[in-house]
Amino acid sequence: MIWNKNKECMSRDELRDLQGKRLHKLVDLVYHNTPFYREKMQEMDLLPDDIRTIDDIVKLPFTTKADLRDNYPMGLVAAPMTEIVRIHASSGTTGNPTIVGYTYRDLEIWKEVTARALTAYGVTRGDIVSVGYGYGLFTGGLGAHYGVEHLGATVLPTSTGNTEKHIRLLRDLGVTGLACTPSYALYLAEALNKQGLTGADLKLRIGAFGAEPWTENMRREIEERLGIQAYNIYGLSEIMGPGVAYECGCKNGSHIAEDHFYPEIINPETGEVLPLGQEGELVLTTLTKTGMPLLRYRTKDLTTLMPGTCDCGRTSVRFTRILGRSDDMLIIRGINVFPSQVEAVILEIPEIAPRYMLVVDRKNNLDTLEVQVELRPDSFSDDMGSMLALKRKLSDRLKSVLSISAEVKLVEPNSLPRSEGKSTRVIDKRVLA
Amino acid sequence: MTIKQLSVFLENKSGRINEVTKVLGENGINMHAFSMAETTDFGILRLIVSDVDKAVEVLRAKNFAVVLTDVVCICCPNVAGALAKILDKLAAHQIFIEYMYAFAQGDQANIVIRPSDLAECLKWLAEEDCRVLGDQQL
Repeated sequence: MIWNKNKECMSRDELRDLQGKRLHKLVDLVYHNTPFYREKMQEMDLLPDDIRTIDDIVKLPFTTKADLRDNYPMGLVAAPMTEIVRIHASSGTTGNPTIVGYTYRDLEIWKEVTARALTAYGVTRGDIVSVGYGYGLFTGGLGAHYGVEHLGATVLPTSTGNTEKHIRLLRDLGVTGLACTPSYALYLAEALNKQGLTGADLKLRIGAFGAEPWTENMRREIEERLGIQAYNIYGLSEIMGPGVAYECGCKNGSHIAEDHFYPEIINPETGEVLPLGQEGELVLTTLTKTGMPLLRYRTKDLTTLMPGTCDCGRTSVRFTRILGRSDDMLIIRGINVFPSQVEAVILEIPEIAPRYMLVVDRKNNLDTLEVQVELRPDSFSDDMGSMLALKRKLSDRLKSVLSISAEVKLVEPNSLPRSEGKSTRVIDKRVLA
Repeated sequence: MTIKQLSVFLENKSGRINEVTKVLGENGINMHAFSMAETTDFGILRLIVSDVDKAVEVLRAKNFAVVLTDVVCICCPNVAGALAKILDKLAAHQIFIEYMYAFAQGDQANIVIRPSDLAECLKWLAEEDCRVLGDQQL
């Protein structure tokens, strides 16, 4: 099903025309209301009228997370404070947090795109959707919440924290939809099993998962264990929040709400725009936002844009599963390693629980990678030979996927830290040294 | 006749064995014998205990990975040369021992062995008139 056929299935020519008009308006807005952009454009000898069509976008400057931090707290807000009706903030692990201000109209757009996503997953009126993203400064909770309401389905604002109560409500209310991080979905499946229950004891049928990278294997595991169809939802607070892009029933790439967010793929090192179909860093421009509009925001997410109309009928461009964030990327002995690659390997090995911790260190001037994994209780064997073979199987697979050798450490069941939000899976001791 | 050995998966970090012994102690389970097989990052603690079913239950409740294995407990006099005699016989019959450990009680010595072929081992022990203990005799 399609929420807004007019926009989601627009012809490419019409869409490009609309994008160009919106971009022109946007540039005019930021030039006159955001000193940061005006200065940048003046440095580049650019006037708003130089941006006429969507192809002119390449003339505009990039925006980075560092720009947001440097202009903390509200330096990039284009609207007067009297127009800002909500503020979100992203967790800053280093330095200033990132603050985003929304106008009433921004929130209307956000609801619209989230409703598009939920509709693409098959959510309709009559569904009850439990939102297990954190409510608060993080955009996940409130973003999904208002999308469900806008669609006309019933929202259960569960938030994070009380898994036991969550399971109880899922059962008692016959909840049919679940929106949370994929790692929380697995945590929930595990908690269900601990109570002697399985996905068959619930009425859940649809899951909207995002806020962290996940893999096809993880999708299979979640779908099997909860008995649902699991879909990706993409978003980032700087741009809006969940709903920027979403999968459809085809589960073949995430559709970008292109009438609101214009995507480009660049070479992360040179900033050069790459041709369609090449892998690189996703860059997004908010075409319609008025609170804190951003030009060419570098998401650090690495992906590829897929051209062509999707089997679902949507014409909006899709991106492939995000390989990782250039932020999450670890460089170990000169090789790029993404935690999502490790995750994919672990999910292939049934004797090991779908959870891991990476410890990167430097010993004798050489980077080391330790992969800690939990043994599944029923896979434990008294035979030392088979336990060592299991370790070897995992380290061989890791070596072939990562191209570097990793030290595998088998740890006891349930001993790795559980996270109900974004999981912390990497300890890089090199930074501390 | 075999006995049930309890094996517990343990990470190599201080305090893990204490945790097992504490759980068993709190539940009134006595340990007759144990041995530890270790690698650099994990170990397998093997135990002969007074109430094996209860031990499995209480350790699982504490999230330990545990498994039961059939092992042979041979009983011989606690005198010099007694074990050598038995092992010689087993070797002569091509019985391979994966691991073993022993505990003595006064003038009696008990040897727990995990042979590669349990049935074959028991057959030869019976033929050679070696005394083998069952769960009830510990």
